[in-house]
Amino acid sequence: MTNAVDQQELALFRDSVIKALETEVAPHYEAWEKSGIVPRELWNTLGNAGMLCVDVPEECGGCGAPFQYSVVVGEELARLGFGALSTNVMVHSDIVAPYLSHLGNDEQKQAWLPKMVSGDAVGAIAMTEPGAGSDLQAIRTSAVKGGSDYILNGSKTFITNGQHADMVIVAAKTDPNAGARGISLFLVDTSLPGFSRGRNLDKIGQHSGDTSELFFSDMRVPASALLGEEGQGFVYLMRELPRERLVIGALGVAAARGSLDMTIAYTQERELFGQKLAQLQNTRFEIARMETDYRVNKAFVDQCIRQYEAGELDAPTASMAKYSATEMQCRVADGCLQLFGGYGYTTEYPISRNFIDARVQRIYGGTSEVMKEIIARSVLGRA
Amino acid sequence: MSAKQEDIELFHSMISRVLDQEIAPYYDQWEDAAGIPRSVWHTLGRAGMLGIDMPEAYGGAAASFEISQLAIEEIARMGFGGLASGYNIHANIVMPYILHLGSDEQKQRYLPAMISGEVLGAIAMTEPGAGSDLAAMRTTAERIPEGWRINGAKVFITNGLQAELVIVCAKTDPAAGARGVSLFLVDTALPGFSRGKGIRKIGQHASDTAELFFSDLVVPEEALLGEAGKGFAYLMQELPRERLGVGAQAIGASEGALALTLDYVQQRQAFGQRIADFQNTRFKLAEARARLEMARAYLDQCIARYHQGNMTPTDAAILKLMLTEMQCDIANECLQLFGGYGYTVEYPISRFFVDARVQTIYAGTSEIMKEVIARSMLGKEAPHR
Ligand SMILES: Cc1cc2nc3c(=O)[nH]c(=O)nc-3n(C[C@H](O)[C@H](O)[C@H](O)COP(=O)(O)OP(=O)(O)OC[C@H]3O[C@@H](n4cnc5c(N)ncnc54)[C@H](O)[C@@H]3O)c2cc1C
Ligand SMILES: Cc1cc2nc3c(=O)[nH]c(=O)nc-3n(C[C@H](O)[C@H](O)[C@H](O)COP(=O)(O)OP(=O)(O)OC[C@H]3O[C@@H](n4cnc5c(N)ncnc54)[C@H](O)[C@@H]3O)c2cc1C
Repeated sequence: MTNAVDQQELALFRDSVIKALETEVAPHYEAWEKSGIVPRELWNTLGNAGMLCVDVPEECGGCGAPFQYSVVVGEELARLGFGALSTNVMVHSDIVAPYLSHLGNDEQKQAWLPKMVSGDAVGAIAMTEPGAGSDLQAIRTSAVKGGSDYILNGSKTFITNGQHADMVIVAAKTDPNAGARGISLFLVDTSLPGFSRGRNLDKIGQHSGDTSELFFSDMRVPASALLGEEGQGFVYLMRELPRERLVIGALGVAAARGSLDMTIAYTQERELFGQKLAQLQNTRFEIARMETDYRVNKAFVDQCIRQYEAGELDAPTASMAKYSATEMQCRVADGCLQLFGGYGYTTEYPISRNFIDARVQRIYGGTSEVMKEIIARSVLGRA
Repeated sequence: MSAKQEDIELFHSMISRVLDQEIAPYYDQWEDAAGIPRSVWHTLGRAGMLGIDMPEAYGGAAASFEISQLAIEEIARMGFGGLASGYNIHANIVMPYILHLGSDEQKQRYLPAMISGEVLGAIAMTEPGAGSDLAAMRTTAERIPEGWRINGAKVFITNGLQAELVIVCAKTDPAAGARGVSLFLVDTALPGFSRGKGIRKIGQHASDTAELFFSDLVVPEEALLGEAGKGFAYLMQELPRERLGVGAQAIGASEGALALTLDYVQQRQAFGQRIADFQNTRFKLAEARARLEMARAYLDQCIARYHQGNMTPTDAAILKLMLTEMQCDIANECLQLFGGYGYTVEYPISRFFVDARVQTIYAGTSEIMKEVIARSMLGKEAPHR
């Protein structure tokens, strides 16, 4: 298969991303992890460095780069061990922005995309509710017509970027009786009255990633906030989720690379019983197992990326990428942590962060179990 | 089994009551603060929780060994992994060292105070350059007219920040390798002893883990525990009990995690049914239960053997390997069944997960357990090259 993207240019872009992250992120990341959130200005910094929404078309303020460029940003964030930030940026650049590009009208695109590219606006997407996670059809947030506006009521939880978001894509029921067909999406401007944010949830990992509850209380949004057509929300979600899942898989693969690299280096330094840790056969076989696990998954995810660019990635295949790559990521982080001995359990050694940051990748964006359901249905039909 | 059923029940309800009243209301705070207030050890001492199997002569309850393991198990079951570790060190490791190896005077001096909680104990084997490979330790204790002069550094010492007493392993004869190691009962108030700031971890936040430094620390002759040069042999003799305690922690924590999860999956709904009604959920939980039952039987067997004085190091290694790996698997599977909630600190299952992860590392890693087991079957591997 020939690759449309110029690999040399892509490598240059990757280098520039790495440089930017090393100067703008690395020195501060631990402090952000402690404070439980990244500073709002970071979004502008990333925007200025040309790292947000890079595949947004030029007419909307982006640079119209191929999808792979956007993946590179997430990959480098994940590989360098900035798990929480990789999640935040993924939601902004690889989920929210594409919804707009694919479903938004010109006015909506112009209103939000240039600002998302520059970092002036942070995007979030709110599907999950306390009573509706895997089972998205069960959402209860409602959007009722009130004159020419919609009035939103309800609450969301676990919303990435919830604290900083200027715009949230909210999934709400416009017709509570129509099940999945009664769901619509809204571009909600968080400065409007009736919107409020709850706590930034305390998690066991991805500490600097903000994950929040959001509340809508008689919140009026104009009819122009409707994204796409009324009642088509669920269809849109199903259409866009494959990209989200693919990118989560790509983050998993890159994070595993990061874990492996630091572990390979460590085993070659650490001495015990008069030899290097890397000379013990168990260590060698563990590294061999994990390197293989990594490469197999990397090849599959890369193939999915090409399929996505060609418009050929179907939902079950994207689910396989997410399921397989994130499970691999957790296995690798776990196996690597073990090779660090007691040091692997301390926050001072970044492998410990890779381990706890990885764990949620099998949960958000659709759990491994939900991925298996999707895959099984494509193979066996419905139960 | 020697412990009478009613004894066990009596102690069980005592332990549960103490944990419910004295620990549960505050534990989250201690996790946040990354430490347990020193006074908690007094509370546990007053409640009779420390030194359960120590002789009455020292203020212990002289209960059966089984009951002392039950205490560790219950602390772990409640999700207090950090406390369980600190407790295991103080009551299940340091005290038995002193009981088994100490002179009458050493026992009189330390055991009652440890049983009441006045003295908190720690044990310092690991060094930056010597973890699994303990024989590589470089802390030295040099004989001087006043006793011994200790120099060196230790790392990862549980209870290290608060301990009044640390059993320090040091080389008294650096040329003699493993046969040059001795143990010392070090009073932490002595000049020349200092502690680093606590080591931050990804779990067991409430347990304190510290670096310790000895700089021309002079201890009196009577600080030597057992005989000089026998330290390594003592470690090998006592480590099985430590590993048994870690196994008890693993069983308790696994049962605690499973109980939380059983509750949750029967309440939480998705797709119009309970999470408990998905076959995947049922099978995951069935597997956990099956493993736990096997593990429980092996733990009971080890406890019985320990009691009779014939639990081998291999028994203890098998126990620690299998039970701690099981614990991590069960915590991992259970967390998954909580969905996004399992990743939040608010849901205790997340703590079971992060607390578990170190169990396959400390007290001898899983790899070291495999070494011990393999040697019992195959002997030491022949050196090549
Ligand atoms: C850090 C973080 C960030 C997040 N970011 C966002 C965000 O930006 N936007 C957003 O909308 N959401 C977000 N989420 C929410 C996330 O997508 C949900 O947590 C996830 O979809 C699971 O839903 P749930 O937590 O309600 O679990 P539940 O749906 O209650 O699932 C509980 C368990 O049941 C299993 N299960 C469910 N259905 C089946 C089935 N059919 N068969 C077998 N097992 C099943 C699940 O796999 C899981 O193990 C985030 C979550 C976290 C933790
Ligand atoms: C929270 C915590 C509490 C602790 N509490 C105490 C305490 O109270 N007192 C104390 O003395 N110590 C304590 N420790 C230290 C602990 O016992 C050591 O971390 C552990 O023994 C491993 O040593 P290490 O960290 O130096 O790893 P290393 O020995 O450097 O091991 C690195 C890796 O090599 C593997 N390995 C080692 N040898 C072999 C081999 N022969 N073949 C194959 N693989 C091998 C290990 O399994 C590990 O995966 C604690 C540690 C932690 C994290």
